[in-house]
Amino acid sequence: MSVPHRELPAIADYVLLPLINVTVAFLVSGLVVLAIGENPIEAVKIMVFGALGYSEGIGFTLYYATDFVFTGLAVAVAFHAGLFNIGAEGQATLGGLGVALVCLAFDGAPWWLVAPFALVASALFGAAWAFLPAWAQARRGSHIVITTIMFNYLAAVLMVWLLGGPLGKPGAMSPETRTFEEATRLPLLRDLVAPFGIDLGQSPLNPTVFAAAAAAVFVWALIWKTRFGYELRAVGRNPTAAVYAGIEPGGIVIAAMLISGALAGLLAVNEVMGTQHRLLLEFTAGAGFVGIAVALMGRNHPVGVVLASLLFGMLYQGGAELAFEKPNISRDMIVVIQALVILFAGALEHMFRPALGRIFAPRGRTA
Amino acid sequence: MDVATTVDLVAPVLGSGIRLSVPLLFCCLAGLWSERSGVVDIGLEGKMLAAAFASGAAAAAWHSPWAGLLAGILASLALSLVHGYASISQRGNQVVSGTAINFLAAGLTVLLGQVWYGQGGRTPQLGAGERFLGLDPDLGIVRMLGPGGSAAKLWSDVVSGHNLLVWAALVAVPVTWAVLWRTSFGLRLRAVGDNPHAVDTAGVSVAKLRYMAVIVCGVLCGFAGTYLAVAQSAGFVRDMTAGKGFIALAALVFAKWRPFSALGACLLFGLLDAAAIRLQGTPLPGIGTVPVQVFQALPYVLTVVLLAGFIGRAIPPKASGIPYTKDR
Repeated sequence: MSVPHRELPAIADYVLLPLINVTVAFLVSGLVVLAIGENPIEAVKIMVFGALGYSEGIGFTLYYATDFVFTGLAVAVAFHAGLFNIGAEGQATLGGLGVALVCLAFDGAPWWLVAPFALVASALFGAAWAFLPAWAQARRGSHIVITTIMFNYLAAVLMVWLLGGPLGKPGAMSPETRTFEEATRLPLLRDLVAPFGIDLGQSPLNPTVFAAAAAAVFVWALIWKTRFGYELRAVGRNPTAAVYAGIEPGGIVIAAMLISGALAGLLAVNEVMGTQHRLLLEFTAGAGFVGIAVALMGRNHPVGVVLASLLFGMLYQGGAELAFEKPNISRDMIVVIQALVILFAGALEHMFRPALGRIFAPRGRTA
Repeated sequence: MDVATTVDLVAPVLGSGIRLSVPLLFCCLAGLWSERSGVVDIGLEGKMLAAAFASGAAAAAWHSPWAGLLAGILASLALSLVHGYASISQRGNQVVSGTAINFLAAGLTVLLGQVWYGQGGRTPQLGAGERFLGLDPDLGIVRMLGPGGSAAKLWSDVVSGHNLLVWAALVAVPVTWAVLWRTSFGLRLRAVGDNPHAVDTAGVSVAKLRYMAVIVCGVLCGFAGTYLAVAQSAGFVRDMTAGKGFIALAALVFAKWRPFSALGACLLFGLLDAAAIRLQGTPLPGIGTVPVQVFQALPYVLTVVLLAGFIGRAIPPKASGIPYTKDR
């Protein structure tokens, strides 16, 4: 896609411009807080303290960030191949099915034995849910955005049916599976660090956070250090040119979506095996969509994705505290912030480029 | 089964199918206008939701469904212009912009609803005078068909008793067709979605035409949202669109971006919905009980299959989704 914008120095392009866009998103969010009659500065203080001010808050922040790293990476990998994967939510949902099936099959077995299978199952199920949209895009020319949206709804419908029928706990009030045995659940980090005097309180932070960090390194190596990554970026930039370089775009599109779906699916290990210990309806709680904001904000780079995930982790945890202290600013405020980040860091990403271009233009040349 | 029982069974489903298809039809036509001009809009859902909230709030405040309609259109239009600015003026990614609008509406409606009314995002319950209610003028047709008979039942359940917005949606179909396919403005608008360079060469502003399309799209989504909150229900509840904007998008693909096919697709999806509600837990002869989820999944499955080119071919306007840049 050719964008007729002036070239900017790398520092402006990769650091300054994204920073300006995100700042504007937060300033507008502040205006929304002001409009509902609350003090935005006070709100920020409560949020930051709630997210980072004490060790339990930090635990929750990292727990939320774990989800967002997975979905953010999922969206970012697809973006690199020129695909907008809006289906991370559905892929993560199916990942949950994979994790739940493994945990129910091996219920009672020690967690360290079950965990590898759960990881693989979540990735496989997530990838499988991405396969048909990917195949339809690559081989049948249908549009990935529409099909992944449809697959989100299909995933939701499938879950309602499974949890209300075949997989549901008999006699349960809500559609859910039975709860896994204590031994099969992932251990909580709070129990591991408690002897060192760190109190993570009730936070459900579990070893999946390390898997998320490993996934970020994996994606970085995959995209920038392998032949496949090069081909993926080539297809994303210009599929026609990629063909002349001997690359088959269709295969790359399918592979990229499978990886994307697998990454999204991994979220389920954190949620289903680590936190909720059973499969619930809508256990993803919109994390798949947060991934879009995270990827755009992090400029599709794993380092950016991790930083953006931490910020959104803070927003989620701090937002919970804020909703408690200021009932007027409900957690829906986070959805508004998420929307504004997607708008300013995504759709309007070039808005401030001309202004920056004038600032950075070489002297004497004003094109 | 004799005729009378069949009619007793089918007529109410047909009637409710029509009513359920109305918001889909408004949104689908909205998407048609936008995408025909080359602006992809996955923000139909968000615009409809914002309109539903605004119309519910305004109808309650001014005790008039018309105030609701106006507010609904304005709210939807505001989001439409944001989308237009991002996609047309800023040449941003249209899908990303649409996503942002969906979340903006989902967040803002509940946030404001909670602050203003403190009922978990609901707007106040609307009274009869504050809603668009079913019109049932005495045209003497029931008397003519013979009260109590099957024909009269068909008439009263399927044709009569709809509110004003139902008729507005049905009228919007031929109007859309006439404007887009029988006027020079419509020709240009469609051309802008297929080959903007040619239109630009002819000395017509691509941006202006696309903005017009986006504005019509906003107005139609405003009608859709108002229908949900002020006609079908008596007020706004959180997430009341429940994915209808995306079903409308599916219907648009299904209709291959054509108005009368859009009417057909929306009626089909509306009927599926009505049938799912009616058949909940009722065994079908010869098949047994069909899980209600099968009906819920059908629109999505059909759309995916259609998009993959297994039943005909759904080809979007050529330039849709691509920001227009003048060559330098």
